Amino acid sequence: MKDVRVDIQALAKLARLEVPQEELRRLEHELPEILGFVETIQAVDVSNEAEAPERRNVMRADENPHASGMYTEKLLSAAPFRQGNRIAVKQVISRQKKV
Amino acid sequence: MNLDTLTIVEARRALDAKEYSALELTNAYLERIAKKDGEIHAYLEVWADSARAEAKAADTIIARGESKPLTGIPLAVKDNILIEGRIASAASKILEKYLASYDSTVITKLKAQGVVFLGRTNMDEFAMGSSTENSAYGPTKNPVDPRRVPGGSSGGSAAAVAGNLALAALGSDTGGSVRQPAAHTGLVGLKPTYGAVSRSGLIAMGSSLDQIGPLTKTNADARIIFDAIKGYDEKDSTSLPDRSGPAAKEQPKVLGVPRAFLQKGVDADLLDVFEKTLRRLEKAGYEIRDIEMPTLPYGLAVYYIIMPAEVSTNLARLDGIRYGLSIPADTIGEVYEKTRAAGFGRETRRRILVGTFVLSSGYADAYYRKARAVRSVLKKEFRTAFENVDAIVLPTTPSPAFVLGTKTSDPLAMYAEDIFGVSVNLAGVPAISVPSGTVERDGVALPVGFQIIGNWGGEEALFVIGEDVEKA
Repeated sequence: MKDVRVDIQALAKLARLEVPQEELRRLEHELPEILGFVETIQAVDVSNEAEAPERRNVMRADENPHASGMYTEKLLSAAPFRQGNRIAVKQVISRQKKV
Repeated sequence: MNLDTLTIVEARRALDAKEYSALELTNAYLERIAKKDGEIHAYLEVWADSARAEAKAADTIIARGESKPLTGIPLAVKDNILIEGRIASAASKILEKYLASYDSTVITKLKAQGVVFLGRTNMDEFAMGSSTENSAYGPTKNPVDPRRVPGGSSGGSAAAVAGNLALAALGSDTGGSVRQPAAHTGLVGLKPTYGAVSRSGLIAMGSSLDQIGPLTKTNADARIIFDAIKGYDEKDSTSLPDRSGPAAKEQPKVLGVPRAFLQKGVDADLLDVFEKTLRRLEKAGYEIRDIEMPTLPYGLAVYYIIMPAEVSTNLARLDGIRYGLSIPADTIGEVYEKTRAAGFGRETRRRILVGTFVLSSGYADAYYRKARAVRSVLKKEFRTAFENVDAIVLPTTPSPAFVLGTKTSDPLAMYAEDIFGVSVNLAGVPAISVPSGTVERDGVALPVGFQIIGNWGGEEALFVIGEDVEKA
């Protein structure tokens, strides 16, 4: 098995996941082990395989919509923070340049 | 009524014969839960009041002579299957207080039959694990031997049925999560053909792998639940169209054994039990044929690429914005990161990171796309095998139920539990685990599961062979 180097912190950033320092060290050991194991599939010859497996589109007719607002309250009531009929979130785009 | 031996078939007969009422049956289970579930911890929540109300409603239907196969039957439901207005937490802190906003399709179908829902059962968080030790709410014990795990991820559902705390239960199976706990607790567990049962309202783990399936005491009971929950659903775009007319199936005769796959990693006495089952089936008229499936040993590695890739994608929706836990922070980015860190357990975080890695730019070709190609090779091997045999048989697990805590610190040892289960999900074929024999560990006879894998849409053949295993 080939040694896989993994930058856990970069992955955690991509996954939007805060990883505490002590777990970082454990994951630096565990992830390469898991990836080393799954690497074994490289031995399988797939030269006769199509690049992507067969897929088909599943469509439905765009008709008979439900009455507007029918589910609004039900769905909004699950949101952690709301303002009226909206889900409230922290500002997404900031004017300030990153320091 | 004797709960220890009761089946759905027998309860149906007794309920319709008015030997006892659905309310009496439900109360019997609620009493048993009150007495025993403190030790087993099969349930995360018991719905005593609504269960009694549902039982009373079932009694009126029965009194009118309009009972359906599951009217008044007390079932337990895995905590990742939505019931409107009920908590569905997937045994995670991130959904601890999440109230389902709609019924899953399987629940809609069961409600239409007048089923009694006893409660929601413990599981590995987001169905990730093989022991139920990854629950955020503490592990479930195996009723056969409480020092041991009940398997997972549907361990709570298995323990509920095996401990006679429910007559049957629903689980979900992504890589063996119904079959493996069924094997470890001495039950029948079915993973239907991918697309046979709607996934609408099942909290998604690996969307190309997940299926809901029953855990029951007998094949006949598994068939009753499967018949009740299967069928095309326009709310699930991967749902299969209903086949017109019954699948006229001859008695299955030929069973294929991929011998090369069994040469290492299986406990010797468990393999003996498997061989004995084969010989009994041979006496019952089956032909046992050795088959070659050279890609089968790679199934586990393929699975541990495809599944985490789908997990990392599916669980991206849990970000502290629309529902579930939310940790306040200064920026929206920190809300995501802190919520997910606080809400997800260790194994879930690990799989999200593995999934992120195998999908990341520069690695997706070598891992994810390669795994997808090997998956189609594997699928073709199944297709070829079914040209010559009616079913493929394997042990459900390489060893019996293990002692709590023995595999929690070694992810790869835990993953190895899934070796015989995952290829079934990768191919999308149906499989059933049927109890057949026992092996002894520390003076306790532990159940062994015999796994029967069928052709796409071939559930009926599985029940027929499963019943022959029961009889043999």
